[in-house]
Amino acid sequence: MQMNPKRRATLNAMLSNLLLSMAAIVLSLIVAAFIMLTVGYNPIKAYLALYDGAFGSVNAVSNTLSKSIPLIFTGLAFAFASKGGMFNIGGEGQLYVGALASTAAAIALGNAPRFIILPAAIFAGMFAGGLLGGFVGVAKAKLHLNEVIVAIMVNYIASLLTSYFVNGPMKAAKSMTAQSDLVPSSALFQKIIPKTQLTTALYIALAAVVIIYFFFKKTRAGYNIRVVGENLFAAQASGVNKTMVIILTMGASGAIAALAGVTEVLGKYGRFIDGFSPGFGFTGIAVAVLANNNPFGIIVTAMLFGALDSGALKMSYVAGISANMVMVIQGLVILFVATPQIVQWMNKKGGKKLGKS
Amino acid sequence: MENLSYLFSFDMLMTILRLAIPIGLAAIGGTICERSGIINLGIEGMMLLGAFGGVLGTHLTDNPWMGVLMAIFVGGLIGLLHAVLCIKFKTNQSVSGVGINILATGLTVVLTRAVWKTDGISGQVDQLPSITIPVLQDIPFIGRIFVNQSPYLFITIAVVAIAWFVMYKTKVGLRLRAIGDHPKAAETVGINVKKYRYVAVIICGMLCGLGGAYLSIVQNNRFINNMVAGRGFMALAANIFGGWNPLGSFLASIVFAFAQAVRIKLSINIPDQFVQMLPYVITLLVLVGIGGKSKGPEALGDMSD
Repeated sequence: MQMNPKRRATLNAMLSNLLLSMAAIVLSLIVAAFIMLTVGYNPIKAYLALYDGAFGSVNAVSNTLSKSIPLIFTGLAFAFASKGGMFNIGGEGQLYVGALASTAAAIALGNAPRFIILPAAIFAGMFAGGLLGGFVGVAKAKLHLNEVIVAIMVNYIASLLTSYFVNGPMKAAKSMTAQSDLVPSSALFQKIIPKTQLTTALYIALAAVVIIYFFFKKTRAGYNIRVVGENLFAAQASGVNKTMVIILTMGASGAIAALAGVTEVLGKYGRFIDGFSPGFGFTGIAVAVLANNNPFGIIVTAMLFGALDSGALKMSYVAGISANMVMVIQGLVILFVATPQIVQWMNKKGGKKLGKS
Repeated sequence: MENLSYLFSFDMLMTILRLAIPIGLAAIGGTICERSGIINLGIEGMMLLGAFGGVLGTHLTDNPWMGVLMAIFVGGLIGLLHAVLCIKFKTNQSVSGVGINILATGLTVVLTRAVWKTDGISGQVDQLPSITIPVLQDIPFIGRIFVNQSPYLFITIAVVAIAWFVMYKTKVGLRLRAIGDHPKAAETVGINVKKYRYVAVIICGMLCGLGGAYLSIVQNNRFINNMVAGRGFMALAANIFGGWNPLGSFLASIVFAFAQAVRIKLSINIPDQFVQMLPYVITLLVLVGIGGKSKGPEALGDMSD
């Protein structure tokens, strides 16, 4: 069967992107292994324990899946903005305000039935995150500010604000630590596998992947965002309202990032805990870049990062190395994958050595 | 009111300066880097590795000055990494910065555990001793600035002065600013843009390392997990608030430090979070106020050559 040329070209591009991502991962693991050797650990022992900790049992797998959920959302959020040519580094702040708004809504609605309280809590979170993202969009579109700088400032302001609330007005009575009251149990996502942290929030994450995929493939709005992302001048000529597209894209990206916080609260902790995110917003950037902003790819890369997180403890326990080694791997993956030229450059150098080039 | 007079006391002034030093050093680094057209979101990570390097160097040699050198070296190395990625390989500069921050957070903890077998906190090392400058200490009124102070105070003042002088009074500074605004034009008139950029990013890393070590071997006597705690991003804000000018960056750091000092010293009943928020709120307001007419390098982040 003949494939049409356009389709083949896209497939080729996807394949080479896939190869680059895999090369980045392998390179990172090799460099990380050298670091472990240098400081006196056994990398093979560490990697085997890491794998076992992430996939070795039903519990391990569900833990891996559960840890990948927030990363799917922050990855999707970053990818969404990227399609419009914007760099949303504000995921961290957006997920914090989303989590807080969602907590507040769930507590306020206390006795309402499940089919009201859960959607309302999710919506409140997305709305808050969307507002924060939209603000960055306004700053970019109307004031022509750099969205990265604005979002970094907003990140700090937003997460400190949530910290103020759970240290002050929203702090749980008699609690020693900074956290809110528990949300009503009717607002919680249900466990998919009992006694694990894996909840039905996973289905929301997968649904978000599918929706965003089709949004960009099939809808006019998705097309407009891509037009703005790929060429601003063409966008103006074709009558796309660039300002509105930028604001709404950043708003939507913020709303998606907020879901990472919402699902942590309503899925994992049942309350807002001060500083609960270990940098999901920033790791999400890596997740999206590694997946080349492909929504389905994000499921895979989020799982990879989730696996690193969930295997870290076992690795630490077995190989005696700090669990933070997985952050070193994550950092290396980001640097390598953001730099496809490194792989090409190594290819060239390798080729020269073999006398091929 | 007793509190109010304290606000203008010598003790208060020194507290502000002490808080401003690490932020100011890193902010000037950021200024130099961004003036060359390279965005650096990795300042936080560079400071963290510097803080670790300071403790490691001191631990290995029992000499805190070697710690300072080690911090500068480590910072410069990470600066080189950022430079190679951004300049040679044209990596997205923001992504590179994010990667460096995550790498630094992980690596410092891994290395702390490897060296001291403890999680998140190193063993104790010697602190950089304070010094008194002879002669100058006898000057009336301002003499006491030179009595029993951290050498960092004088290093920082020197860095501010040198950076400002080089940037605005020398050919090198003129070229650096030209590169940040119009890299292609600079290239055309024969300036080696890449070389300037490499040097600028490496110097930035060194200053970040220097600032980070202040936290670990002057204010403390050990490395603590994540001890930079956002000061790198505060430095980034100071650089913007200060208009991408070394002197401005340092003055902005002093404004941020003042807010912290007021809270620490006067124990005013404002929630901690709002004081911590201030640098970012001020910077955001300044940005919104000046809008697109910011004084930043015109071709910041543009690598389209």
